[in-house]
Amino acid sequence: MTLAVVRSELAQARRPTGLHLRSWVAAALLGLSLILPYWRITLYAPQYPGGLRASVYLTRVTGESSEISILNHYIGMKPLEVAAPLERRLAVPIVLGGVLAVGASPFLGRLGPLLQAPAVVFPLGVVGDLAYWLWTFGHSLDPAAPIRVDPFMPAIVGRGTVMQFSTYAMFSWGFLCAAATALLALYNLVRWRRR
Amino acid sequence: MRRRWLVAGGAALVLLVLAAAGGRFTVSTATTAPSLEQLIKAKGLTPDQVRAAVQTYVPPGKYDDYLMFSSGGQSGQVLVFGLPSMRLLRVIGVFSPESWQGYGFSKETAEILREQAELRDALSWGDTHHPAISETNAEYDGQFLFINDKANARMAVIDLRDFSTKQIVRNPNAASNHGAVVSPNTEYVLEATQYAAPFPFRYVPLTQENYNQHYRGLATFWKFDRARGRIDPAQSFQIELPPYWQDLADFGKFESDGWVYMNSFNTERAIGGTLAKQPPVEIGASARDMDYLHIIHYKKAAQLIAQGRGTVVNGMKVLSLKDAVANGVLYFAPEPKSPHGNDIAPRGDYIVVGGKLDPNVTIYSHRKIQQAIKDKAFSGTDPYGVPILAFDRVVEAQVKIGLGPLHTQFDDKGNAYTSLFLDSAVAKWTLGAPYKKGGEAWKLVDKLPVHYNIGHLAAVTGDTAKPGGRYLVALNKWSVDRYSNVGPLFPQNLQLIDISGEKMVLLSDTPVGLAEPHLAQIIPLDRVKSWAVYPEVGTNPLTMKVDPNTTGAGKERIVRKGTTVEVWMTAMRSHFTPDRIQVRRGDTVILHITNIERAKDAIHGFAIDRYNINLSLEPGKFETVKFVADKPGVFPFYCTEFCSALHLEMAGYLEVAP
Repeated sequence: MTLAVVRSELAQARRPTGLHLRSWVAAALLGLSLILPYWRITLYAPQYPGGLRASVYLTRVTGESSEISILNHYIGMKPLEVAAPLERRLAVPIVLGGVLAVGASPFLGRLGPLLQAPAVVFPLGVVGDLAYWLWTFGHSLDPAAPIRVDPFMPAIVGRGTVMQFSTYAMFSWGFLCAAATALLALYNLVRWRRR
Repeated sequence: MRRRWLVAGGAALVLLVLAAAGGRFTVSTATTAPSLEQLIKAKGLTPDQVRAAVQTYVPPGKYDDYLMFSSGGQSGQVLVFGLPSMRLLRVIGVFSPESWQGYGFSKETAEILREQAELRDALSWGDTHHPAISETNAEYDGQFLFINDKANARMAVIDLRDFSTKQIVRNPNAASNHGAVVSPNTEYVLEATQYAAPFPFRYVPLTQENYNQHYRGLATFWKFDRARGRIDPAQSFQIELPPYWQDLADFGKFESDGWVYMNSFNTERAIGGTLAKQPPVEIGASARDMDYLHIIHYKKAAQLIAQGRGTVVNGMKVLSLKDAVANGVLYFAPEPKSPHGNDIAPRGDYIVVGGKLDPNVTIYSHRKIQQAIKDKAFSGTDPYGVPILAFDRVVEAQVKIGLGPLHTQFDDKGNAYTSLFLDSAVAKWTLGAPYKKGGEAWKLVDKLPVHYNIGHLAAVTGDTAKPGGRYLVALNKWSVDRYSNVGPLFPQNLQLIDISGEKMVLLSDTPVGLAEPHLAQIIPLDRVKSWAVYPEVGTNPLTMKVDPNTTGAGKERIVRKGTTVEVWMTAMRSHFTPDRIQVRRGDTVILHITNIERAKDAIHGFAIDRYNINLSLEPGKFETVKFVADKPGVFPFYCTEFCSALHLEMAGYLEVAP
């Protein structure tokens, strides 16, 4: 790409097309999702009348996660903080790469929009990874734990029950942003193919 | 028509199923329970009693509107009640070790208990008398609580963020004290000596001549450093007073700001001597008709001290009696003999003195007192040269209210409430202008019998610039027939009284099995901003900051240096880390323990068998235990506060090799 090409592309960006706008919105939403929680879980038990909440971001877990970890240790579950170490480290470069790819793809010639394809599958990957970790946590309980429960898979969405705890889980704003990015990217891909 | 019936029948069926299912999960209010009317009838309740019961009932899960801080008397503690339920919510260890709070066992709290108590290694009790909530602009601010120990002339500071004692200071020059009151912005906490003693406190044979010459009373102004939350003895000062028995005092406010009023008894300077056929103190001290109301210009005294006029006695700056008289710091006014209460009206204009042996309350006017001082309207001087203001020049009114008037509190409608010890009653009477005018002023309007021998009383913010009205609590010394017999040491009786209407209404009786609730202060709940958990993990309760020796999970360790074994330990449900500690006999063991929990109410105790060690570690709290392992053996240590299903398993061993 020569400087002249960049210049002409920038000139074109002054009169953005629908593809430009959709891509930028998609890129912005994906970037925004980095600072928003992807998944939330709330636990209720008689002695926790206000419930216990944890929010899972791409890079961290917040809320009363340490309290939840304390309770989990009774059934031999690992602390929430040890989950997904690799994913948490790679989350920022992956998402920023995605933002760059989606945002810049309209400039990259005819095959450019193909760069939006990974954004389409990204939320699916998140769901798959979350499911993997939930399954792993629920199935790698310490056999020496004081309280023995059968291995279980916590609900990804909706209600679950573990002993006296009711859990409510759902996706949160960060995931919705990433999903919106995926839909916009998918739409872009479809339009691009038709053209 | 038929369809309608079907729908109605179906709806009824659904309701029936729902009701049946509901009954499984909720506490049944089944029809077998007696009706309200049956209950009232069976117990023989009067409509007034039912009304009072409903009025004071606080349903489960709802909070009381007010907190009452009451002294715990000879228990050496402070009791915290909720109002209107009168439920005991908390006992705060102050001058006595308190096991549940681990108060007096950790390094931090043992230091507080021993602080300044040089008469013995550790005094293990106090006689808490007068709680005083810190004030801003003469209103309770709910930040700190002060309480005096009458027995040992000490003053304690309690931080109301964690409801824990932070400091005890001992008066180095006095034997006993009475009262704790704060200045309108809590710059000073004042204590008066109760019983005159050799000044400074030492041995001087008790003869009348020695008494008159060497015994003295003191007004001690403890300087409070609000930022540090501590009394600063170096900035505190005392005013030397004649050897009368100074008693309760109150700080002026608004127009009387800068002045303190303090009453006294035994101006006869009786010293007893019953075996030598001398009259007992009781008789000797009640011989004269009048005692002296002390009128102290403490701001001037503070200036004189700042100018270097005081002498330092045992580390305290003391303004001499001579200097106090010469500089217009101290005046007297006659007051009916053996007075007890001394309470300043909300606007700071009147001083109400309860005569105890006089059926009147005597009300002095601050303005008249100032005028009389200006006019030098003296009726004489006392043997120490203190000018005595002419009684009729300073008194605003006397109101005949009944027998044995002691203490006075105020409401929001211009009324005063005085306890009547001999009558066992509370008298409600009206203040004069600007509170009430014309025929309504200075008049007894209501009297309510209480059970029995009432001492102090406390109204909602009843001694501040803005009394709250609504409730008053009578702190009664005797309960006689009010409760079932629990041995000859009877509970005391706190009675809650509704003062919101024209007539006072008795609402409830509360037995207190911890003697002796002496005085209380009542503050709206929302003005106390206390912590539910320590805000940061590792908070040292003395400094209220994260302690450098705090430990996190995974950083626990045991380090030996010579004969000192230091342990950095964490506590969380349901284990201590480490749970095995091995030392040798004679080692000094230092345990730094951090409760790393963040959940409300996830409290852990820490006790070691036979070593007299017992801590209470609230979530986030850090404490240190230091002891010499002088007894060989294997000593279990365990969590004393039931914390979880595996609470009993929260334990470990201290091995002390011989």
